[in-house]
Amino acid sequence: MWRFIKPSRRNLRAWQLVLLAVLFLVWHLLTVPGLLPHFLFSDDNQAAFFFGQPLKIFDRIVHWFFIDADIYKHLAVTLWETILAFGIGTVLGLGMGLWLALSPLAAAMLDPYIKALNAMPRVILAPIFAVWFGLGVASKVALGVTLVFFIVFFNVYQGVKEVSPVILANARMLGASRRQLLRHVYLPSATSWVFSSLHTSVGLAFVGAVVGEYLGSAQGVGYLILQAEGSFDIDTVMAGILVLTVFALVLDALVGRAEKALMKWQPQAGESEKL
Amino acid sequence: MSPPALSLEGVSCTFAAREGAPVFTAVRDVTLAVAAGEFVAVVGPTGCGKSTLLNMAAGLLEPSTGGVRVFGEPLAGLNRRAGYMFQAESLMPWRTALGNVMAGLSFRGASEADARALAAQWLQRVGLAAFGDRYPHQLSGGMRKRVSLAQTLVLDPDIILMDEPFSALDVQTRQLMENEVLELWQGLPVSSAATARPAGPGPAAAGSGASRVARKAVLFITHDLDEAIALSDRVVILSAGPGSRVVGEFRIDLARPRDVAEVRTDPRFVELHKAIWDVLREEVLAGYQQQLAKA
Repeated sequence: MWRFIKPSRRNLRAWQLVLLAVLFLVWHLLTVPGLLPHFLFSDDNQAAFFFGQPLKIFDRIVHWFFIDADIYKHLAVTLWETILAFGIGTVLGLGMGLWLALSPLAAAMLDPYIKALNAMPRVILAPIFAVWFGLGVASKVALGVTLVFFIVFFNVYQGVKEVSPVILANARMLGASRRQLLRHVYLPSATSWVFSSLHTSVGLAFVGAVVGEYLGSAQGVGYLILQAEGSFDIDTVMAGILVLTVFALVLDALVGRAEKALMKWQPQAGESEKL
Repeated sequence: MSPPALSLEGVSCTFAAREGAPVFTAVRDVTLAVAAGEFVAVVGPTGCGKSTLLNMAAGLLEPSTGGVRVFGEPLAGLNRRAGYMFQAESLMPWRTALGNVMAGLSFRGASEADARALAAQWLQRVGLAAFGDRYPHQLSGGMRKRVSLAQTLVLDPDIILMDEPFSALDVQTRQLMENEVLELWQGLPVSSAATARPAGPGPAAAGSGASRVARKAVLFITHDLDEAIALSDRVVILSAGPGSRVVGEFRIDLARPRDVAEVRTDPRFVELHKAIWDVLREEVLAGYQQQLAKA
């Protein structure tokens, strides 16, 4: 019997689910008023007030998705903002990274500005973007772009700098023009670096969208959370957080898929070494 | 008499001083000519600037003094009539074997279909017809060298520069590859490659004029004397660096076609080996002493 239950590679998934169930169970036991004698708070209802109750949270989520079915438009907005921020940030970062890596003079000139912009806490720009672009999608995208851009930029810059000089010389001897070098050597080499940063940058695009919504908007999951918080509705806040978490996991899995499909020229671990 | 395919005329190469390191002269006043269709091997102790010499012949590196001529024309920029096989891994890891062989053709403006057909033909000639869709990391070291060879030869260059191309291979694979190189060099069917060649701009088209040569001129760099004698028409010995010079030159009058394994037992081979080694040994010892002094 123990042989089957004992944690191993085979039943890893089952154990992960058990862990999740236990977490929710403990949460449930500690927060439902009157179920256990209160030991931390002075009142039976306070635990539920501060931490929410799992059953009510699930009830909220079911209402969102199935009964009222009113979360889809908010999710769509958040997702759309994430995708736009991710796309625009990646393209800008890629272009800028390629340009600066290939023209050292421009890189040297802009170096302190890039460092300064990167060091600045960019979330603080959200109010400015709200003034510039209004409370709609654009201001959230702008915030997400500032987060994604630097991740991609630094990775591309590094990627281009570290192209093997032998591969480069070989391509030149084979007759590649400057443009062809860019397209067939620098870009593929930089792409592998971009992909290694993709998980981080998708996450940050998501952060940009939600934080932007939270700081001022009329729709989106961040807006839902803000509304609930305004009325001390902790259950709805927790429900929003859970939905966002699941969504972030889905996005990450999608990126993993794309990476696998596009990076098939890279050796997998255990197959061979990276050249 | 037609001008040599490649001639280095009194070239020196001095690398600018980097912080802390003094000015370094890798090669000093080297004069070396490779006739069209000739196979020349350059041997020398480690660190004697052999690769520097080749990079100058390829136009990747500009000589500090002297000049390089290609078929009599002074070389400016890259040497468009030369193919270069590097010592290190030079395949693009994001392209398949076939894609790598096609690369040069498509860079030079060949159509996708032409490039694919010619590249497939060359992959077959190096024995990798079944491996066209593999990525470099999925191939063995020897296979990657074959792909590199096909990648270089598919462009039908008039001059082939080889920088210790097989030094990373094990002895058996190495002999196989050496024989293959000799075979391909001796029997390159220029006409068939020429008809299949795309009518694109660049050196491939330039080579099909009246000065068309059947055999390629090869400049082969190695530190292995056996390999040098077995393959070449002429062995050139460089002195220990820095500031390497040519210190000896031997004509290899062994009959062709040769088998690199069999030719080593030829009495003439042994004789040549001894004569060249007598010159080379002093340079190797000198190079070794310098490395010890530096350490």
